[in-house]
Amino acid sequence: MLKTRIIPCLDVKDGRVVKGINFVDLKDAGDPVEQAKVYDFQGADELCFLDITASSDNRNILLDVVNRTADQCFMPLTVGGGVRSLEDIRNLLLAGADKVGINTSAINNPILIEEGANKFGSQCIVVAIDVKKNKDSWTVYTHGGRKETRIDAIEWAELVTEKGAGELLITSMDRDGTGKGFDVDLLKAITSKVPVPVIASGGVGTLEHLVQGVKEGGANAVLAASIFHFGKYNIQDARKAMTEAGLNTRL
Amino acid sequence: MRVGIIDYGSGNIRSVFKSFEKASLLLDKNIQIVIIDNVEELKKADKVVLPGVGAFADCMQGLNNINGLVELLNKMVIEDSKAFMGICVGMQLLANFSKEYGYTEGLSWIDGEVTSIVKVEEEMKVPHMGWNSVEFDQKHSLFRRIKQDEDFYFVHSYKFNVQNNKFVLAKTHYGGDIAAVVLKDNIMGTQFHPEKSQDAGIQFIKNFLEWAP
Repeated sequence: MLKTRIIPCLDVKDGRVVKGINFVDLKDAGDPVEQAKVYDFQGADELCFLDITASSDNRNILLDVVNRTADQCFMPLTVGGGVRSLEDIRNLLLAGADKVGINTSAINNPILIEEGANKFGSQCIVVAIDVKKNKDSWTVYTHGGRKETRIDAIEWAELVTEKGAGELLITSMDRDGTGKGFDVDLLKAITSKVPVPVIASGGVGTLEHLVQGVKEGGANAVLAASIFHFGKYNIQDARKAMTEAGLNTRL
Repeated sequence: MRVGIIDYGSGNIRSVFKSFEKASLLLDKNIQIVIIDNVEELKKADKVVLPGVGAFADCMQGLNNINGLVELLNKMVIEDSKAFMGICVGMQLLANFSKEYGYTEGLSWIDGEVTSIVKVEEEMKVPHMGWNSVEFDQKHSLFRRIKQDEDFYFVHSYKFNVQNNKFVLAKTHYGGDIAAVVLKDNIMGTQFHPEKSQDAGIQFIKNFLEWAP
């Protein structure tokens, strides 16, 4: 039986883990290498590493930090931030990433999704979509949430999977860092339409929220940062709550 | 003993190398893990590991791009019976052919074909991505100190349909049975990623390092 994945996320800025609210007001949450060690020890199902200012600073991801973080991971590692070319994808894989998250470049240069999937396989291409609610629909943002597009999130999710994305990372910017829970309507709208796995992100404040993301939102994996980084809960707590709610997790 | 991990431009060499290094340190035996990208180095290896992340055709192309590599692999594995382990696409390459993005011939070491995972219900997502339980033949030394139905990490959209079921050592279930470990004499392949499967994965690699087929 395939298990629901629990994924801690390291948002990295200038080589440090940070955590904000609605993508701003960033607070230091430690060293990524040390955090990776802790999550590997706790038995996280995967780890996500996002260089959140690589696109807005118009620079490449910090490969040596990725490298050192990957060295602590005997679990799958998804890395995103400033990925613009096949060469960037290849460099991240060589640095120890297993999957690569593409966000801004997926919009600026959509063919990268297709080329990436052909070259490295769809399973390696995670398209990350940052979304804000806009009355009855959801709009995509790029550059770490700094730039609004006119693209509808649901249509975009469907399009990128047709192009070859093997997984989607859906982040609600409205909920990010608020602890109010996932935007389950957004998740449901996407998971019911796309054929690939979806990682729910943005808003987890309680363990019950993790359960909601899967049961109500239809997500295949749940991502959280603050609740794990600041020690409120560990991976085992999350697993226990999800198992008690009838979901399949690793023991 | 020298264990060679083949770098043919595909995938997560570094992760594979790190996990093999960790496993060999835990065994505390004189095992050398080396990354190999040419035939001269490969000749010196006692065991061969073929990782694989990516598309089948692209991986096969990568193997063919290294002059003499496929010939030497055939000699070492088929004639000299050296222990071999393929991981993910590295396992699928053992088949006769794959239907991923067209039609591509494989190494034909274990008869069978590679086809896409079948969606049996609307909610089923492909790729098969995440931790799934593995059922295996408990008597085999490759599964020493691993519990039945242990979870291993999978990430793939295609599967290896092995013609003769006796070469399937372990299976998992996702929209039907999927070969998780194939084994034919000295040739072994895993659909899951032991290098990404934490403790169980490291134990599996230790078992491979100690394996004497």
